[in-house]
Formats: sequence, structure tokens, C-alpha cells
Amino acid sequence: MRLTCTVNGTEQQVDDVWEGESLLYVLRERMGLPGSKNACEQGECGSCTVYLDGLPVCACLVAAGQAEGREVGTVEALADADALHPVQQAFVDAGAVQCGFCTPGLLVATHDLITRHGRPSDAETREALAGNLCRCTGYEKILDAVRLAADRMAGTAAGAGTEAGGDR
Amino acid sequence: MSTPTRTPTGAPAHLTGSGGGGGVGADAVRPDGVLKVRGEFAYGSDLWMSDMLWGVTLRSPHPYARIRAIDTSAAAALPGVSAVLTADDVPGEKVYGLELADQPVLAVDVVRYQGEPVALVAADHPDTARRAAALIRVDYDVWEPVTDARTALGHPTWNMVHDSTPEVTELSRESAHLHPEGNLVRHLKVRTGNPEPTAEVVVVGEYEVGMQDQAFLGPESGLAVPAEDGGVELYVATQWLHVDQRQICSALGLPPEQVRLSLAGVGGAFGGREDLSMHVHACLLALRTGRPVKMSYNREESFFGHVHRHPATMRYEHGATRDGQLVYVKASIYFDGGAYASSTPAVVGNGGTMGIGPYVVPNVHVDCYGAYTNNPPCGAMRGFGSVQTAFAYESQMDALAAELGMDPVELRCRNAMEEGSATPTGQVIDSPAPVAELLRRLEAMPMPAPADHGDVDLRDMPGGVSNTTHGEGVRRGVGYAVAYKNVAFSEGYDDHSTARVRLEVVGGEATATVHTAAAEVGQGLVTVEQQIARTELGVDQVTVHPKDTTVGSAGSTSASRQTYVTGGAVKAACEEVRGQVLARAEQLVGRTVPDLRLAGGLVVSDAEGIAVPLVDVLGDDVLEETLEWRHRPTEAIDPETGQGFAHVQYAFSAHRAVVDVDTELGLVKVVEMACTQDVGKAINPQAVVGQIQGGTAQGLGLAVMEEILIKDGKVRNPSFTDYLIPTILDMPPMRIEVLEYADPHAPYGLRGVGEAPNISSGPAVLAAIRAATGLPLTRVPVRPEHLTGT
Amino acid sequence: MEFLQPTTWAEALEARAAHPDAVPICGGTDVMVGINFGHLRPAQLLDLTRVADLREWTTEEHAVRLGAGVSYARVITELGDRLPGLAMAARTIGSPQIRNRGTVGGNLATASPAGDAHPALLAADAVVEVASVRGSRRIPVTDFYTGPKRNAMDADELVAAVHITPPSGPQQYSKIGTRNAMVIAVAAFGLALHPDRRTVGTGIGSAAPTPRRAPAAEEFLAGELDAAGLWESRAELPAGLAARFGELVAGSAAPIDDVRGTAGYRLHALSVMARRTLTWAWAEHRTASGNDSAKEV
Repeated sequence: MRLTCTVNGTEQQVDDVWEGESLLYVLRERMGLPGSKNACEQGECGSCTVYLDGLPVCACLVAAGQAEGREVGTVEALADADALHPVQQAFVDAGAVQCGFCTPGLLVATHDLITRHGRPSDAETREALAGNLCRCTGYEKILDAVRLAADRMAGTAAGAGTEAGGDR
Repeated sequence: MSTPTRTPTGAPAHLTGSGGGGGVGADAVRPDGVLKVRGEFAYGSDLWMSDMLWGVTLRSPHPYARIRAIDTSAAAALPGVSAVLTADDVPGEKVYGLELADQPVLAVDVVRYQGEPVALVAADHPDTARRAAALIRVDYDVWEPVTDARTALGHPTWNMVHDSTPEVTELSRESAHLHPEGNLVRHLKVRTGNPEPTAEVVVVGEYEVGMQDQAFLGPESGLAVPAEDGGVELYVATQWLHVDQRQICSALGLPPEQVRLSLAGVGGAFGGREDLSMHVHACLLALRTGRPVKMSYNREESFFGHVHRHPATMRYEHGATRDGQLVYVKASIYFDGGAYASSTPAVVGNGGTMGIGPYVVPNVHVDCYGAYTNNPPCGAMRGFGSVQTAFAYESQMDALAAELGMDPVELRCRNAMEEGSATPTGQVIDSPAPVAELLRRLEAMPMPAPADHGDVDLRDMPGGVSNTTHGEGVRRGVGYAVAYKNVAFSEGYDDHSTARVRLEVVGGEATATVHTAAAEVGQGLVTVEQQIARTELGVDQVTVHPKDTTVGSAGSTSASRQTYVTGGAVKAACEEVRGQVLARAEQLVGRTVPDLRLAGGLVVSDAEGIAVPLVDVLGDDVLEETLEWRHRPTEAIDPETGQGFAHVQYAFSAHRAVVDVDTELGLVKVVEMACTQDVGKAINPQAVVGQIQGGTAQGLGLAVMEEILIKDGKVRNPSFTDYLIPTILDMPPMRIEVLEYADPHAPYGLRGVGEAPNISSGPAVLAAIRAATGLPLTRVPVRPEHLTGT
Repeated sequence: MEFLQPTTWAEALEARAAHPDAVPICGGTDVMVGINFGHLRPAQLLDLTRVADLREWTTEEHAVRLGAGVSYARVITELGDRLPGLAMAARTIGSPQIRNRGTVGGNLATASPAGDAHPALLAADAVVEVASVRGSRRIPVTDFYTGPKRNAMDADELVAAVHITPPSGPQQYSKIGTRNAMVIAVAAFGLALHPDRRTVGTGIGSAAPTPRRAPAAEEFLAGELDAAGLWESRAELPAGLAARFGELVAGSAAPIDDVRGTAGYRLHALSVMARRTLTWAWAEHRTASGNDSAKEV
């Protein structure tokens, strides 16, 4: 079947989509957007988190046809050509990226969290990111990154890397 | 050497880093970080070519069976299918393996575990390939599997009698010998001191550790591209390119020149990528079809596609004086190696030589066995043989402390190894071993605030937002554990790495390029390589060349060894290049300058006030050095006594865990983890802390939730729905203190970091749960059933 | 495979009638897992996400009519005050990403014994509205679950909505998982106190072939509260009452041993969850004025 949807602000059309394909497969294999990662295909890890009509969802659980006419936003659209989004920059500065396979999904989830909550408490952050598994970091530096990004986006950040250490 | 016709999208690229990136000791920013947060970093599963085929594996549904016949005709006839292969299509050696070549590329006559690869399909769409695989008819004669390590070895009773083998029962079935030489992979003995010691206080315990999975997030994946010279280019997510190459060459019957490997982006490894997975399979399909073939496991296949951590059953006997001096330890340790050897021999080596923990004990008698069974093959996972024994020896130390009425930290400190101590294998520890200090520092750290049940936030409670308690039944416990682990390869292995370092002027700036085959798996080795080059060559701009087999082996990204060994190789190669630069500089100034050094892009002499720009010294020339570097040699150990200088270095860490346990429902919330670790020298402090945090999480996971459940040789939970790893709501805040006592034998004095915290965290959590519940708890992971007696 | 995309409820029902073997898909949280792993290969997928009516909730005669396509996230944010038990259950489901997609209608259609919404729906005496081209009918949720992953719907029917009366008393929900987030229930329990009717509602999840109530426990508790005039007096529960209630709840379960837990543990956990949730609900009832109720945040 043919699928037409808006991805990262641009209308995309692909043909010969098998009806059983997920939005994740279409993004990765047919649209040249492999940023969203395939780690479980069962909604348990969050690595494929994308925005669908403004809500973070697991792209592996969206049938391709369900995205027809919808707006999809992926990790590839967070940064502009020159500068990283503050959430991305915070993940780099805080050392929240190791293997990085979970990172794209975490960035979308964190972007959504900070957009909605401004400066979430640690407990709010933990509940909001509980669907994004990370096997490398033990999550401490991810929490550091969320705090750092939220502070910076709120315009109150004193500095960058140092306060992200967080090794109390 | 021929070049491939095309390069896939997502082929590895050079990583550059500059802008005050930082040298050794700095929190340098990783050069792949920006790519990773942009979603532009290409992992093995992101590789893509326009005409590529998708490969899938047909795996055995049975843990043990003879293959009577395979009929691939229906699969081959499916439209869209390009190739269907079986063992008959393997042109070279049909078996491979890290230490022993005993594992079939594709099953030959017999399958020995559920999930063993039997046939391969390449097709134009992954779903077509899957449907074709389902059409392959395999006629199995199903045998009864051997599923217990002690049974497999004929040891129904524990071997605690000195130097005698345990009572052996006949394995009655003909098929009960899984391999021609029997079911024993390795038996390691450690014997020191009095063979028949006695002590005033004796504690005995039996312990069990379940099968843990590495559960890296990026499943096995790669792309094989047939080359014009009849060879193949393989882009693959792996831990050790050259050992892969050796095994692939053997299976394909091709020389190394025709099997060229490049490291694709790796989504975590933790030991699970040290063995081959899809490597040979993708190459076979690519060579057969003449087209690029991508293989990318899904999560379920990933559980069958890599080795796991060995489950262990252990019996320990500790004897001590009334005042808490260890007199003797006897231990029997059984590792279930599953169907094929993988790295079981080395795991047995670790389990045996370090099996009593970082304690000084005059009389030691350890038997450590690795067995073949029909369970999934087990091999490398972070902590490698030491994770299992640490649960046992630290449980024993707590039990002994309780028996003596002594504080458990005090008991540990009283017996702690230190610099100058001898191990039970007769090795004198010749660098700092601050075991007692690690524990004392943990004790001195502030405790987390007591639980406040007045204002309930479910997210702080055992059970989380599932709303199982508002404080009812919750008891707090505190536990300590300490670990030590060998760094790098041991027992006489020629452990080395190769580095090629180039220095040249690029765009008007002195630029270094570092080329090694050392796999970056997420830990940050690429950052470390840059930092070392910056420090040694005084440049800012350092490029990391893609990791491939056009440079010599770097050895494995495992055993906490790459910063030590490849870092050592990069340092040594840089020193050679630096020597050339300084010689040129002296030629330039026309005399010998004793304190000449490189810094800030300059050749500098403080004494003589020289500061010549590096770009002037280099001009248009390119200085390049390639060298192999080795750590000091280790020795094979004596097969009868276990004595010998087996390990080049040890890493030490300690954990304090604070847990809240809902004792009525058996649910656990870890409140805080504190860790102290001696890292010798923190090359990148931020990355060091990241390793400690990540290792802590994996240890915690094994303590309370992670287990591949197997019944009759069959895996019951090959999914992230039922193989649970910690979420961000399961991980507590951590307190971390990093010590830097230099190891005089190691580059910069550094110690390998990655594994030790994975070893001490789990036993600390277990001890804390024990303290909260008063239960003996001899098995991990601890399940609610164990805590509630249901 | 065919992808059917009705945009109206009438079209959806016609498509369902024409393709009784079609697999309806909404949030995709079950269906897509099956397809991704090759376990499910339906001839047609019937996508219901374009049927606007399904995404609405309205209030009808004091009850909430919850469209089958309303996500769990919206149940939490929009209906937390009106349907506290269901909202508490929704909060335990998967991740935020899953809650943005998963629906109560999907939970009902799948009818897994481990579905998280079921105990809350059972305790609240919910009524399922199903429809086909033949018309619509209402099935009390108690009668809805007919077997493991089976329900009372005919082949041509779809879940249209579920009707839930906002409670006159406290509701609670509790679920066991072996991790502090993102777990399938090892066992779950829903409780609703109905002071207006002087009845008690219960729901058991993951501890029987279907979600089910615990009638003996309900009758026992309602009777005891009635006999002692506790509904009005709001006095403390007599010693042992909550524990007895817990035992009776467990007595209604019929769990099995599986990869997630043992039958013995499930029975034990149910008795503890029932006891504790009753304690919490009663504490809320004691402090609540009139028919107001509050929910745990």
C-alpha cells in the first residue's frame, strides 16, 4: 500500500508498504530515518519513541497505515543544522550517552517531559522515563541530563558540565 | 587487496574531536556523542544498501535432538527467496569457538540447545525470509536433554573431600555425553596450605546464581557485502574484530585478506558479542547470492543468539578463629556452560582463582568446574566468573560475621587483602589493594534519610506506582560487599593490542589520527584514545580511524582491558611518534635539548625557553608509527595446585546497598547504592563514574529480577516482557567515591574499571535484603516467593 | 494482508461484518507485537483509530460512557476524579508511550486475564457496550470474560464503549509486578466501596483463567459493614475484618504457576493486597464527607 504522512515537517510518500509493517520499519527502512531504534519490537524498551500527532509513542507498535495523514516527529528533527537542542546538548554534556542505542527514544521522551512539565522533580522524571530502558548508564547521568536540560531551558542554568556530575 | 564495489549507508566514519577536548584525566566529551544524540550514529542494524537481502536463521526448537533430515524445497520456492543454506553449504570448518572449536556454524546431525542455528534464508523482505524459514522441514529425533551441570558431570554430591573426586554416578543414557570428550569443559583446582584444616567457627552454605543475560539494547546485527575478489566485507557490531575474522575465515575457507571486517556501531555488549552470532551466516548468504545481506536479530532471537552468564551452584565452607581470623575456605563451584564451550574455560579460571574473594586465607581448597549441558551456551558477561562467586563468598562472610557476633564490615576488614598479600594461587599483590579502605569509606558515607511513610509517594515505595504498600510491611536493610576481579587476559595468554598513530598537519593544525581495531561498545574507548593522543602529542585535534582489520588486533573489548591494553598501545605508539618529532625539533634548533616536550601544539623546552609550533616541525610530512604493545606476561597455573602468576592486575570495588523490602509481599525497592572503587588513574572521570553506575545497575538487576528461566532446556522468557532489567524507577540515587592509587605496572597507573562494580553491587543488595528480612536467601535473583515463603 | 480504515462507526461495523476474521487494531500494543514476531498474520487489519466517536467520552445518566478508543493517558488526566479506580489501574500500565496508545477498549477486546483495567472495571460494576451492524447491546463486565483471552462478543461485534458509574465511595487498585515499573501483573486487585448501595465491588486479575470478582468476599464485607452500622458510623474496622476479607478474596482466585510467579504467591499476594486496599479505602471513607471521594495521587 501507499503511505503518505508528514515526517519532521515534510510530507513523505512511500509505496509498496506491506500492511503489517510498523511505523518504525517504514521510518528506518523506507524513509531513510534510522535514528529511531529497534530494540524490542514489543513496546518494552522505548528506543523507538517518536511523536505521533504530538504524543510520544512506540513506533514499533504503530501499524504503518495508522500513520496515514498523521504528523510524525523523530529524533532527527530535534536539532537544527547548526545547533543541538538543549535536551541533546545536556545528554552529551552530562555523559548520559554510552552505547547510545536508547538515546534517541530517551531524547524524545525527555523533550516531551520538559515541554509539558518545565522542571520536573526527580520522581516525575523517573515515572515519565520508566518506559525507556537503558542498559549502560544505570540512569544516574540521564537524570543529570534531564535536570541540566530543564534548567537550561528554564533559562536558569548556572553552567554546563560541572553541575551535571551529580555524583553526590 | 581488492576494494569492495560499494560502501553501505551507515559504514563507520572517522570520528574527530577537538575544541579543547581534554587529555588524560579530563572529562573529555566523547567524539560520537553528537552523532548519537542526533540519531545519526549508525549501528549495525542501521546499515543499508539498496539491493541488500535480509537474512534470517532457522533455529532448533529442541534442546537436544538428532536431525534425521532437512527439506528446504518449499522455502526455496517461495517468491522473493534468494538462498536457503544448511550445514552442507559451509565450505570450511563446520565448527568454531573462542577457545575450543566445538560449536557448529549450522547444526550438523545433532542440535544441543534450543535455538541452535539449523538453516539460513536470504530474501528481499525480512517477513518473506521469516515465512520461508518457517517452511523448512526439519525431521528431529528428540532426545532427553541434560540440564544440570552437576548431573552432567556425574557429581550428585558436593566435592568437599580433599583431593578426591566426588562420588560419580554413571550417566546411563548413551546420549548423555554431549561431546566426544565427555561433559567436563574444565576443572580448576586451587590448593594451598594445610589440606585438613580445622577452625573454632565453621559456616557452610550452598548458593545458586541464575542465568543472567547481557540484554544489550542493540540486537546482533551486521551487513555482509560480497567483494570482487571473491572475498567478503563484513560490517558488524562486535567486541573483537580479529577473533571474529579468524573464526569466519576458518568457516568460509578463505584467507584473512579476503575477509575484511569493520566495526559497525555497537549498541552495548557486556560480553555477549565476544562469540560469533550472525557473522558467518551473513557472509555465507552474501557469498552464495552475490548480494549484500543484512542480518538483524529481533529481541527474541537475540536471547537465543548470544551466550549468557553461567548459572552457578556453589558450596562453601569457611573456618575462622573466634576473633574473626579466616583459617580456611573450601569451595566447590559448578558453572553450567551450556551446549558449547565458548569461554567457559576462562570463566572457570576466574571462578576458581578468585573464588574466595579479596581476603587473605592461609588454607584454601577450591574445585571449580565447567560443564556441558543442553542449556543455552554460556560465556562472557561482565564480571566473568567472579559475579557468581561473589554472591557466595560475600554471603559466607555475612554468615560468619553473624555466627561470630561481629560487624560484617569489621570481619571483612580484618581479613582484607592488601598490597603485599598473597592470593591463594600464590601471587603476591604488587600494587595497591585498598580493600579495607574501600569498605571504611563506604561506612563513613552518610546514610539516606529514613523512610517517611507519612507522606506517601508511591514512586519511593516497593512496588512503585502499582500501589502495593503505603508503608505497611516495609523494613529497611543495609548490606555491604566487596569485589575483586582480574583485569585483562590471564593464565599466560599473549594479551596485546596494536595501535597506529599518525601525526600530520591538516588544515593548518597539527592533527593526530589513532587507528586501532579496539571495539567501541559504548564504554568510551574512542574518547580515551583521543585523550591519550592529546596528552602524549600535545595536540588538540585527534581523529579516531574507523575500527577495522586493516590494522592489527587490539584484542577483545572485555575483561576491563581496553583502556589498559589498547590505551597502552596508543600511548606507546604516540611516544614513538613523539620521539620522531622531538628528534626533528632538535635538528631544527641544531642541538640536543634535554627537557623537550610537546604541549599545546608546540615543541617546548621550559629550561631553554623554546616554543616551536608543531606545524613548523612537521611541515608537509606525515609521521606514523604502528606497534604492538603487551602488558607484562602472566603464567599458566599449575593444574594440580592452581599456583602461578595468573593475573596481571586486579580491580577492587565495594558497595553499600540500602533497601526497603515489603516483607509481606516480597517486593524490593533499592533506596540507595553507594560505591567506592580504586581505579588507579581516572583517564576520564565522567566515563569512570558512568561505568560504575552502569555496572551497579547490572549487579542490582541480577540480585532482584534478572534471570533467563529454563525448564527442561527450554527458555521460557525470551522477551523484554518477561526478562526484566532495571528501569529508571528501579535504580536508586548513587553515591560514588573514586580512589586513584596508581598501579606502577600499568599505563598512567590506571586500573580497568568496568567489571568490578558489576560484581560487588549484587551481593550488597542481597545482604541488605537479608538484613531487612532476616531470611538466609541463598539464591539470586531473589523472587517475591523467596521472601514470602510462598 | 489488507488494511481496513473506516472513518465512521457505521463503516467500522460494516467492515467488521464483512470480515469477521479481521483483527481490530487500535493502540496496537498487543496486535503489533504479534505481527512483529510473526505470531499473528491476519488477512485484514481493521484500524479503528480513525473513528472519531471511539475517542470520545461523555456523561450519560450519571455514568461515564468511555469510548473504546480513549487512551489510558486520557483516563488518567481527564477522568482521574470521576473514575479513580480505573485511573489508578491505568497508571500502572506499561510506559507513558504505551498509555498514550493503549485503550480500555483494547484491553476488553483482548480479554487477557492479565489486562490491567479489568479488576477496576469489575469492582466498579462497569457495563460493556458492544455493537455490530445488527445493533448494539450492553454486557455487564462480570459476564464479559468467558475464558482465557475470550469474551462474550460475537464475531461481528466491536467494543463501542464501557459505561462506568462514578463511585459513591472510595476505590483502590493494587498490582504486583517484579519490577517497580513496566510490568505485566503477577496479580492485581481492584476494590470499590459503594456506600450508596451498601455494596462492595472487587476484581481479581492475573489469578484465574479470566478476570473475575470475589463474590464471597464482597458479600462478607458488605454484610459485616451493614450489620455493625459501619457505613454510617464510619468507625474503625473491627480487628481481623480486613484480613478475613483478604482471605476470602484469595479464596475466589484460581491461579497457576507460570514464568511470572507461583500460584501460591499469587494467592498470598491477593490476600495482602485485598487487606491493604480495604484498609486504605476505609480510611478514605472515614475521612470523606458525603459522597465525595478522593484518589491516591
